[in-house]
Amino acid sequence: MSDADEPMADPSHELADQDRPAAAEAPPLAGRIPRATGRTVPDAPEEIVINVADVAIYYGSFCAVGGLTVQFGRREITALIGPSGCGKSTALRAFNRMNDLIPGARLTGSVSYRGQDLYGPRVDPITVRRRIGMVFQKPNPFPKSIYDNVAYGPRVTGMKVPNMDDVVEEALTSAALWDEVKDKLRQHAFGLSGGQQQRLCIARTIAVRPDVVLMDEPCSALDPISTAKIEYMMTELADEYTIIIVTHNMQQAARISDRTAFFTTEVDDATGRRSGLMVEFDRTAKIFSTPSDQRTEDYISGKFG
Amino acid sequence: MTAEVEPPGRSVEYQIETVRGSIRDATFRLAMFFSIGVAIAALGTLLVQVFVDALPRLNLDLLTQFPASLPALAGARSAIIGSIWVIGATALFTIPLGVAAAIYMEVFADPRRWYNRMIEVNIQNLAAVPSIVYGILGLGLLARAAHLGQTVLTAALTLTLLVLPVVIIVSREAMRAIPSSIRDASLALGATEQQTVWRHTLPLAVPGIATGIILALSRAIGEAAPLLLLGGLAYVTFTPTGLDSRFTVLPIQIFNWVSRPQEEFRTLAAAAIVVLLALLLVMNSIAILIRNHYRRTW
Amino acid sequence: MAADPHDFDVSMATGIGWSSRRLREGLVRRVLMAAALLSVATTIGIVVALAVPTVQFFTRVSPVEFLTGTEWTPLFASPHFGVLPLVTATAVTTFWALLVALPLGLGCAAYLSEYAGRRTRKIFKPLLEILAGVPTVVYGFFALTFLTPLLRDIWILPGKGPQIYNALSAGLVMGIMIIPTVASLSEDAMSAVPDDLRAGARALGSTARQVTTRVTIPAALSGIIAATMLAVSRAVGETMIVAVAAGGTANLSLDPTEPMQTMTAFIAAAALGDQPTGSIGYQTLFAVGSLLFVITLIMNIVSIRLVRRYREVYE
Repeated sequence: MSDADEPMADPSHELADQDRPAAAEAPPLAGRIPRATGRTVPDAPEEIVINVADVAIYYGSFCAVGGLTVQFGRREITALIGPSGCGKSTALRAFNRMNDLIPGARLTGSVSYRGQDLYGPRVDPITVRRRIGMVFQKPNPFPKSIYDNVAYGPRVTGMKVPNMDDVVEEALTSAALWDEVKDKLRQHAFGLSGGQQQRLCIARTIAVRPDVVLMDEPCSALDPISTAKIEYMMTELADEYTIIIVTHNMQQAARISDRTAFFTTEVDDATGRRSGLMVEFDRTAKIFSTPSDQRTEDYISGKFG
Repeated sequence: MTAEVEPPGRSVEYQIETVRGSIRDATFRLAMFFSIGVAIAALGTLLVQVFVDALPRLNLDLLTQFPASLPALAGARSAIIGSIWVIGATALFTIPLGVAAAIYMEVFADPRRWYNRMIEVNIQNLAAVPSIVYGILGLGLLARAAHLGQTVLTAALTLTLLVLPVVIIVSREAMRAIPSSIRDASLALGATEQQTVWRHTLPLAVPGIATGIILALSRAIGEAAPLLLLGGLAYVTFTPTGLDSRFTVLPIQIFNWVSRPQEEFRTLAAAAIVVLLALLLVMNSIAILIRNHYRRTW
Repeated sequence: MAADPHDFDVSMATGIGWSSRRLREGLVRRVLMAAALLSVATTIGIVVALAVPTVQFFTRVSPVEFLTGTEWTPLFASPHFGVLPLVTATAVTTFWALLVALPLGLGCAAYLSEYAGRRTRKIFKPLLEILAGVPTVVYGFFALTFLTPLLRDIWILPGKGPQIYNALSAGLVMGIMIIPTVASLSEDAMSAVPDDLRAGARALGSTARQVTTRVTIPAALSGIIAATMLAVSRAVGETMIVAVAAGGTANLSLDPTEPMQTMTAFIAAAALGDQPTGSIGYQTLFAVGSLLFVITLIMNIVSIRLVRRYREVYE
């Protein structure tokens, strides 16, 4: 029943060539159909970039999140959703080893990136983060010029670039920011609006040409118009990048993602502490229409959370 | 039971305009204001009194003449130049050592390791050790055991050890004030921890660190006790020629003059205090300028 | 779809660049750590510098005589090594210093934390910082040339009144010097008390005074005690004020109008005499230094513990 329920989609993934009426909750800029219904999503990812199997993450002896089994497919957008405290951000930070920076954090199970164990002994977390970039909840540009913000990554990672100007232009264009800032590249990044700053952070991330882009609630600090711009941009970026996004906004997940993983919290009877748990992972269309777990259905229908 | 309970209307006063208790509150407030008033009045009296006492000797001789047994001929030239030598050398040692230690403690030290916790407590404790104890360290180990003698070098090393804890603590605070989001962003782009420190944390913390270093050095320039043990000779009629010179410094010259019974030497002491306070004023103004010029809100 | 834009090697296995970077950064890290370890070396240095001559001292003088003797004439032809006169002198000056510093310091802290508006705080805090930045030899000058003559002029209590060198004016001026220490540490502790507690008390009809005395000060007590300990430590270790204004003769007395020599003043005076290494005078200096170090160390450790405790409660 699953595939038949969805409207036929343009198989080439080219989404923006015609104006279709926006979904009710989609902001005006999205003169385009929600991605989840706009393309065919195979039952399982065709090319798995990151494979997460039975992962649990601990801070000391405390289990922050468990039960993680997800496959992130190439050029797909996968959303991690759930109530606050369910460990979705913690999980995200495990995929580029940002959790290494927290003393006492450790991980069980296996995370593999293109067949290699992400936590293997010969893997350098620095290299991991060059391949798997990250955008944070609050825009966090460096206190430098717009140009230097974008050029920072290629510079520190020692990328061999023939012309840095081209790299900066390309990244800012992909982040849909070029037209707004092309005349003031030397100006301080703090002069930009919040939405522009966040797009600058995205440009900064893709300037190092990562394979995967992790986004931790990238729109939660932004107004609806900025949010719409970033959502539009993400669907464009998905033609090139594998995107994993944490969001507390269910509509956002429904609008832009191909697949969704739902997390919830559980109270440990012994200690009384709440830890996160992944409940279900499926195509977004299925999660939002016929979830297989009761907890997912309760959350999505607003009974909980 | 119920019979004894009065109807609420009788036991509650509805009057809200009242002066009751306000006298005690006002007295309390006054007492606290008095505390700060005493402190500031003491500061004011001290400054005025020093300046008035110093007036007869506030002239160029004070800056150009060497100490002499006749107060009319004496000046503080060797002490002023000596202080500049000692503080200059102290800055030279303190800045790299203090900043390096602060970077280690703030960025690289894992606080769960026992040795890092030990270093931390140790630095806090050293910050409160009396300065004269550092003088004993300088005398026993540097001047005598290491045969450095009673020189500018020994004095500078002793003062370095004395102010290092303060410099480390202030520098760490300056680095801690840099938001962690900057560090996260840099690391997420594939920069190493050290690239992040050199390119972001340290440059952004420079104003705070510079302010802290200047304040620490202005503490060092007023220190007399530890240098007293290092034979900061009071009767030095030459300016230092190098780190291996013998020396005197302003606070010790002041101590020497104030300890003499003649009124003229007390006047000289007051004049030398004015010079010392002027030096401190210059250093603190620089610190304030740096702080205001680079003030940034996140 | 066009050609794959990701023409990089997807392998994350580590190459030569990695190991050389590791090596370099490991080296830098070690250099930084060495700088931090210098502080530990300093502590060890202090302990060794004090311990060796002190042990030699106690081979010549019995610890019992040192700690219980009432006569201190180490540099005389017939020396006595009873340290009690120095200890009582330190206790007397410290007592008078605390009598000034504790109430006034606490008053400043409570005013700044509970009453002062943003603007008054902006004026008063730098003034207190200036007070803390005045060199101690200047305070000594102030005690000797201003406060002592003033006390002698206005003395109305029975007795002869303060002598030229006396413990009283040294102690009082030391108290003024310590006000900023007490004020800033106590204010930190009071500011750390959550506003919810204050709001709760105000909602019950308490006045600002009642909130301060019944909520803020009790809640900040461990921080205030820590400030007190640090104040004691500073008073005990202060050298220049007592060396200038309290006199240079060992005197077993509790009368603050008399001259007396504290432990620190003795160390300073003995050092001026340029004692040769190994002489009894040199060793005596270190023995007194050891006693001073142990006393202040205990105060400091208690203070650090207490500060840590209140930080744990409210952070």
